[in-house]
Amino acid sequence: MKPLLELNNVSYAYHSKSGETAALSDLSFQVFPGEFIAVIGPSGCGKSTLLSLISGLLFPESGTILYAQGCVRKSSGYNRMRPAPAGRRRKSGLLPEVSDKSSIGYMLQKDHLFEWRTIYRNILLGLEIQHRLDENALARVNKMLQDYGLEQFRDARPSELSGGMRQRAALIRTLAPDPELLLLDEPFSALDYQTRLSVCDDVAAILRREKKTALLVTHDLSEAISMADRILVLTKRPAHIRTILTIRFARENPDKTLSGMPTLEQENPDRTPSGMPTFEQEAPDRTPSGMPTIERKASDKSSSRLTPFERRGEPEFQEYFNYLWKELNADEQNL
Amino acid sequence: MNRTCNYEEKNKPLTPSQQDYLKSLRRQQNRIQVIRVLIFVLFLLLWETAVRTGWIDGFIFSSPSRIIETVRDMWNDGTILSHTGITLAETLISFALVVLLGIGCAVLLWYSNTLSEILEPYFVILNSLPKSALAPLLIVWLGANLKSIIVSGVSVAIFGTILNLYTGFREMDPDKIKLIYTLQGTKKDVLFKVILPGTLPLLISVMKVNIGLCLVGVVIGEFIGAREGLGYLIIYGSQVFKLDWVILSIVILCAIATLLYAALNLLEKKCTRQGLPR
Repeated sequence: MKPLLELNNVSYAYHSKSGETAALSDLSFQVFPGEFIAVIGPSGCGKSTLLSLISGLLFPESGTILYAQGCVRKSSGYNRMRPAPAGRRRKSGLLPEVSDKSSIGYMLQKDHLFEWRTIYRNILLGLEIQHRLDENALARVNKMLQDYGLEQFRDARPSELSGGMRQRAALIRTLAPDPELLLLDEPFSALDYQTRLSVCDDVAAILRREKKTALLVTHDLSEAISMADRILVLTKRPAHIRTILTIRFARENPDKTLSGMPTLEQENPDRTPSGMPTFEQEAPDRTPSGMPTIERKASDKSSSRLTPFERRGEPEFQEYFNYLWKELNADEQNL
Repeated sequence: MNRTCNYEEKNKPLTPSQQDYLKSLRRQQNRIQVIRVLIFVLFLLLWETAVRTGWIDGFIFSSPSRIIETVRDMWNDGTILSHTGITLAETLISFALVVLLGIGCAVLLWYSNTLSEILEPYFVILNSLPKSALAPLLIVWLGANLKSIIVSGVSVAIFGTILNLYTGFREMDPDKIKLIYTLQGTKKDVLFKVILPGTLPLLISVMKVNIGLCLVGVVIGEFIGAREGLGYLIIYGSQVFKLDWVILSIVILCAIATLLYAALNLLEKKCTRQGLPR
């Protein structure tokens, strides 16, 4: 299977009067169609910078970013925080051509729904900017509004919606131009914990249903484990890849997970941690006795995946958590 | 969220304590209204009796009855309408110019960082300059006509407008701007989808200040070089000791200022309550 997104030796640094701040150093990894990748790392390690680079808001100082076989973003000297004018980006081949202009969606930390627009007009914002308000797109938006329970709020103002509903609206806005790859920058961190858990489930379900590839940046380990197929662990700034962890749950049908996906060993041979627990065999024995075993709902039969919330209750969850916790704190222990 | 809750509660019958609360609220409102009117009526009565009983000289201080008489005279010969009309027209024209030029310049400054950095000190100096000092110069340069009076009105309000709007543009949440770029937008999209609609409340509040400033500028202009208008009437009246004219003009200026402000208030309510076109 060909990767949808490929980063090769990407480095990036911020420049200001007081000096240079290296944010990313020598990042290489691949994302395959349909995959859900989570990126975790210490706060301020450059996770958001990574997304800005992939989405084309910033350009790498060195290295290449390949997207959908061919749209290459090479390093360039242009390194201001503000993006280059679109014309200039397109001319230099840094922006994808018009046909797949919208193929990367980017969901920011807060919903940033505009109070001066209704929910419906907020959702259309991307299509409006890209001059793609055609019947197909509108039909898709209307269907999503219905499917995700926002139909009756289409003419409401953002302030009339709850936090979870706003986040769903923001997701539909991101999905409206029909992107192939979705970048999620801590999309739940502005929500309270309860809302967060349910929105997390919603978003995972929506993404699976729309068959999107996603790259989620988060500082929440449990969120990463509950949603991702693979987890990319970054080090402290300047960030490089510490490890890439493939997440497998025994109760999820392994046959239906992506075939041809690289395992941990192939991806990053020299960083493979020894003594990585293999969970598949241990899992059945570890179910706590006397605890209610949650039966899978009927709707789950079609997809072999557990919902993020169900994953949290699985025995492997805690082990992945402990492992990642150790990885993240390794930096400090070495000091 | 809040509004949806309110919809549901509106249909419920009111509890007695809520009724009492609403009643006391209404009583308080009424009291305020009555006292306001009372103060005005007492002031007029005091003024009138003071003149009639000879405490103050009606020739210098005028009186309500003399003003009413003056209004009647000037209405009959049509001068009151022409003076008021001229001042109002000049104010509205200079206000329109201030709004257009102000938005235009602020957008230009926002668009080009280099330009705004170069020009910033000049705007600060021009803004802090007492603009009434410019009026005599304008009269000499442009002549004693409508043009110089309008420019005088514009000069009072324009620099503050540009600085306020530009600051408002700059304070727009950078993540909202980033959102437009993530949706593949350009700087033009940022301007029309975020900056302008997002700063509409600021624009209206700046306009509310400006309409008054324009009136000030126009009256200053009329003081110095006009043959018509309320500013002219004030200066002329004080020179020929027709203080009824002066005080009448001041009353009319009060009314104009209040009306224009109320009109903008109405516009503001329309924009914020109904929202923008959906």
